[in-house]
Amino acid sequence: MDIKGTELFVKALKAEGVDILFGYPGGMAIDLFDALYGEQEIEVVLPRHEQALVHAADGYARSTGKVGVCLVTSGPGATNLVTGIATANYDSVPLVCFTGQVATNLIGNDAFQEVDIVGITRSICKYAVTVRDRKELGEIIKKAFYIARTGKPGPVLVDIPKDIQQAYGDGEYPEHISIRGYKPNSNVHAGQINRVMEVLKSAAKPVMLIGGGVNISGAGKELTRFAEITGIPVITTIMGKGAIPTEHPRYVGNIGMHGNYASNQAISECDVLLSIGTRFNDRITGRISEFARNATIIHIDIDSASISKNIKVDIPVVADAKSALKMMLNSAEELKISEWVALIGEWNKDNPIHMDNYKGLTPEKIIKKINQMFQNSIVTTDVGQNQLWTTQYLELDGNKQLITSGGLGTMGYGFPSAIGAKLGNPDKAVICITGDGGFQMNLQELATAVALELPVIICILNNSYLGNVRQWQEMFFDRRYSSTCLRYRKRCNRDCQNKEKACPKYSPDFIRLAESYDAKGIRVEKEEDMEGAFRAALENRDTPTVIEFMIEQEANVLPIVPAGKALNEMIMEG
Amino acid sequence: MKKRWICLFVENEIGTLARIAGLFSGKSYNLDSLTVGETEDRTISRMTISLTSDDMTFEQVKKQLNRAVEVIKVVDYTDIPIYIREVLFIKVFHCNEADKVELFRIAEVFGLTIADYDKNTILLECTHSEAKNNDVIKLLDKFFCNRLEIVRSGGVAIESISLTS
Repeated sequence: MDIKGTELFVKALKAEGVDILFGYPGGMAIDLFDALYGEQEIEVVLPRHEQALVHAADGYARSTGKVGVCLVTSGPGATNLVTGIATANYDSVPLVCFTGQVATNLIGNDAFQEVDIVGITRSICKYAVTVRDRKELGEIIKKAFYIARTGKPGPVLVDIPKDIQQAYGDGEYPEHISIRGYKPNSNVHAGQINRVMEVLKSAAKPVMLIGGGVNISGAGKELTRFAEITGIPVITTIMGKGAIPTEHPRYVGNIGMHGNYASNQAISECDVLLSIGTRFNDRITGRISEFARNATIIHIDIDSASISKNIKVDIPVVADAKSALKMMLNSAEELKISEWVALIGEWNKDNPIHMDNYKGLTPEKIIKKINQMFQNSIVTTDVGQNQLWTTQYLELDGNKQLITSGGLGTMGYGFPSAIGAKLGNPDKAVICITGDGGFQMNLQELATAVALELPVIICILNNSYLGNVRQWQEMFFDRRYSSTCLRYRKRCNRDCQNKEKACPKYSPDFIRLAESYDAKGIRVEKEEDMEGAFRAALENRDTPTVIEFMIEQEANVLPIVPAGKALNEMIMEG
Repeated sequence: MKKRWICLFVENEIGTLARIAGLFSGKSYNLDSLTVGETEDRTISRMTISLTSDDMTFEQVKKQLNRAVEVIKVVDYTDIPIYIREVLFIKVFHCNEADKVELFRIAEVFGLTIADYDKNTILLECTHSEAKNNDVIKLLDKFFCNRLEIVRSGGVAIESISLTS
């Protein structure tokens, strides 16, 4: 029997197991929203801005492993997705984004709210397509979900013109799909794994470098077991953090620009580098010519294009992290590397990351308090210092997850992604660690969280600056704080030397802001008030709680490897 | 840096050309020429792409192309026996009688066709490899400097029979 395009759309979502959809209606999506009206199986969530909408779907996807689904209208609705799609693409998050489009006979006519969203997003998503024939609708949706969730996951955009939504046609939704240009790799080359194991056997100073691919693949247990049997120290990227519990004796720390001394030193001095699921981004490698310069480099990645892109690899293995680690476990044995392990242990003991030189309420203390008070939890971050401190001090194990915009580094990501995570994990505590800058990029989502009674805990580390840029300005630009002060007023003079300081006390007053949305707001200015604030937040079960931590304004994230320097040229104190 | 050739089989769909061209511009790969046309299977288009790059970049280009959902197959034509042709049209203006005689001679020697002509203008068609077409242009430029209009198609390539059979 023939059905409308919108009906097939809903049928397809159900067949794909979609139970939540992040949507914002508009003229060219109104038919699709109408078809969703009253649907029992699919909850439609209405964020207050389409950028936040994609981030919420992204947070939902990262925290559940399911595909995040978005539905917005054409034109501005579609273009507002762009930042969120690029964010998801960079961190390999499965999303399917549906955009309404003007009717096919209007495409190209500069119709009201017409935009070539497929053209705009082509380079920032895994696949983007406009449905041009009602006959293809079912197949294209099937294809979209399949592409988004398989191989290296990523966002897919499906643009549906209004007349296709309204047209009657085939009611069948395909069960299977085969795409001749897209065959995700599911094998592991046994010969290459043998080579890997041979090289590891004769290594004196091996380390593992673990990226986000291991977390996406759900290979944490296999990785931990492999590290336990072989004894190889494990270093993670920000995206790989948590793949092995951070308190595990084999865990060294994070590598990279704000990694710890032991990790960066170990990478610089190792003789075999076993890297899994990382793409050797510049924030990871530092100056590339000095990166692991004496090491035989093994790289396991599901994406062949990630191999030998930035770093020349000696043993490439194109495989899913979990499948590869499983095969490696078959022949894993203890390596004789105790001296090397002890040396790394000493480096770690002698060079801990700390903020002891700052008094009072420090991000270190705040995050350590979170470690202590929240066991079964998801922590999302925004981007900047709040993110970097979190990746330095947050403890993770199997019950805790970190969600952060690692690749694109999208400010405004933290809070909406926490909303998505909470929707997907109602029984877990969801904490968003953000800054006063990043929170203001999507603070309108307080309305969403209040409406849905989501007790997300928002920790604003308020230093009145765009702190990370300010830190660079302090360290590398002679303290010229160009456009980084968030308390700036027109009557301030440029170099901030005004004797009668014009800065307002709060900008904005986040507590009053929270209360205006009917959320709870708590301001913490002293260390001893931290615990009470978190307790109050835990007791507030029906609305989000904003905890504003007034931190040292010019606290820095250290150590730091200045851009373009080698990993072992890090600045420890500043 | 070395000249490379890729034969690319892609879905014959709206947007595929933009996807491939966008990949080159977005990633700063140097694209020398790209031709595209339908194949014996109308759902598949075939591109012949030439580019100049170092080894590491070329590996990336092939991998990135392979990654695209719209791409069905990537074949590296750089170091295998292929037939390759590029169509070149050259219009020569302001020809006197002596010029015409010269052009007819050149056409004979270099295997060009006189596609069209009137009193003062001659249109030459030249279907050769890119390198040979370059030579023809150089030669004509010597004789007829500032009197030429040139359009060329980019190469189309196919494997030699010994290889395909």
